[in-house]
Amino acid sequence: MVFIGVRAAPMVALTAFSVGVTLAMQAAHSLQQLGAEIYVPDLVMVTLLREMGPVLIAVIVIGRSGSAVAAELGTMKVSEEIEALEVMAINPVQYLVVPRFLAMLVMLPALTIFGNYIGVFGGWAVCTFALDFNTAGYVLRALQSADTWDLYSGMIKSAVFAWIVITIACNAGLHVEGGAEGVGQATTASVVQALLAMLVTNAVLTGIFFFAV
Amino acid sequence: MNSNEAPIIEVVDLVRKFGDRTVLNDISFNVHRGETLVIMGGSGCGKSTLLRHMIGSMKPTSGSVKIFGEEIATMKEREIGRVRQRFGMLFQSGALLASLTVGENVALPLFQHTERSADEIEEIVKQKLQMVGLTGFEDLKPDEISGGMKKRVGLARALALDPELLFSDEPTSGLDPIMTAVVDQLTLKLAHGSHMTAVVVSHDMTSAFRIATRMIMLGHGSIVAQGTPEEIRTSTNPEVHQFINGEADGPIPLNLSQDEHEHHQHVKPRPFVSARFRFHHKTP
Repeated sequence: MVFIGVRAAPMVALTAFSVGVTLAMQAAHSLQQLGAEIYVPDLVMVTLLREMGPVLIAVIVIGRSGSAVAAELGTMKVSEEIEALEVMAINPVQYLVVPRFLAMLVMLPALTIFGNYIGVFGGWAVCTFALDFNTAGYVLRALQSADTWDLYSGMIKSAVFAWIVITIACNAGLHVEGGAEGVGQATTASVVQALLAMLVTNAVLTGIFFFAV
Repeated sequence: MNSNEAPIIEVVDLVRKFGDRTVLNDISFNVHRGETLVIMGGSGCGKSTLLRHMIGSMKPTSGSVKIFGEEIATMKEREIGRVRQRFGMLFQSGALLASLTVGENVALPLFQHTERSADEIEEIVKQKLQMVGLTGFEDLKPDEISGGMKKRVGLARALALDPELLFSDEPTSGLDPIMTAVVDQLTLKLAHGSHMTAVVVSHDMTSAFRIATRMIMLGHGSIVAQGTPEEIRTSTNPEVHQFINGEADGPIPLNLSQDEHEHHQHVKPRPFVSARFRFHHKTP
């Protein structure tokens, strides 16, 4: 829980801040041509909540914690630790997978909310220092533009991503064969599979939210 | 030993194949309460595979394995768990959980399978670690202690629940001669004092003859010889003689080179690549 969540926070913060700043600048660039800089906060807020927040934070967590879980369980598998648990009549899924699963399910959405805040803060920095917004104006516009569904849809995505990432990571780890080399391959495979699965699921979920809700 | 009592372990016609390679062929034996059975044989002869069938982590191709009178070859994972709580297993590498301390490793089965309080468990952990000569090592991580120490912690963990039956995979390899004697004495003490049954896979002959009440020698997946240590020591079987005396020359095929491989006419000649592969290959 601490590893997946708390220690990932600085990295998440940096990424989210960069994304917030970038989003604001890109939005400003396009919207300036229409004379509609006033909509920059809207764009930053909604994009972060619905799309960039959940996806980018998931990318970080896949690279950081998904790979770590796959490597950790894989190493335990090759060093007979998993078998030892089984022989001690301790179910490895219950003992090893369930806590990681819960940690991921709690921490990924939590990190996403945290990342959203930082991203919006990044947008604020651009708007305040480059675009003649004052703080109150930015916050007001940002809050007005987003409704609770924007937040919820992002959170739903985030929870689904958490489930995908940890399932793939644990599965890859527990099925390692062939020593250190196998651990390396499983770790890589878990990252690649989790990224692909996450992005495809993201498209599907966005589609569902777009057409059905 | 009381042979009228039902055996603790009953292996009947056990056959295990990996693909078309037969690793265990028609193995049958019984182990009775209080016995210490040593299974010996060269590397890759199927010792560890046989052990894995007895603890239920591998399923036989055919045949039956009964532990405490219960057939575990066809058991579901949940039911095997119930049987497993009654025995301990010492892995060759110790197989300690690297993320836990030594003390936590030994305490793990106690926390999982008993209702004891944390204080009681701490007391038991101390006592078990003392038995293997590791008092005061509770708070170290497994990667801070030597291989031999890990193995002794593994033994302490295997004994944590005071099992009726102990499986050990190479309990003394990697231990110095003094620690080997300590571990052997511990096994003997538990066998005599608590009537614990033990199945030990070993190719340390000194230790094997010290603890065994019965021995089985495996070769090419079959039982080459079995009997009391005295019977094995005086066996006229040339393979047994070669093995217990540790001689390089004898009937046991070593697959060291192609020449030698062909020299042993009773082994079917194979292509060169295959012979080299077999030399490097170790049965899991």
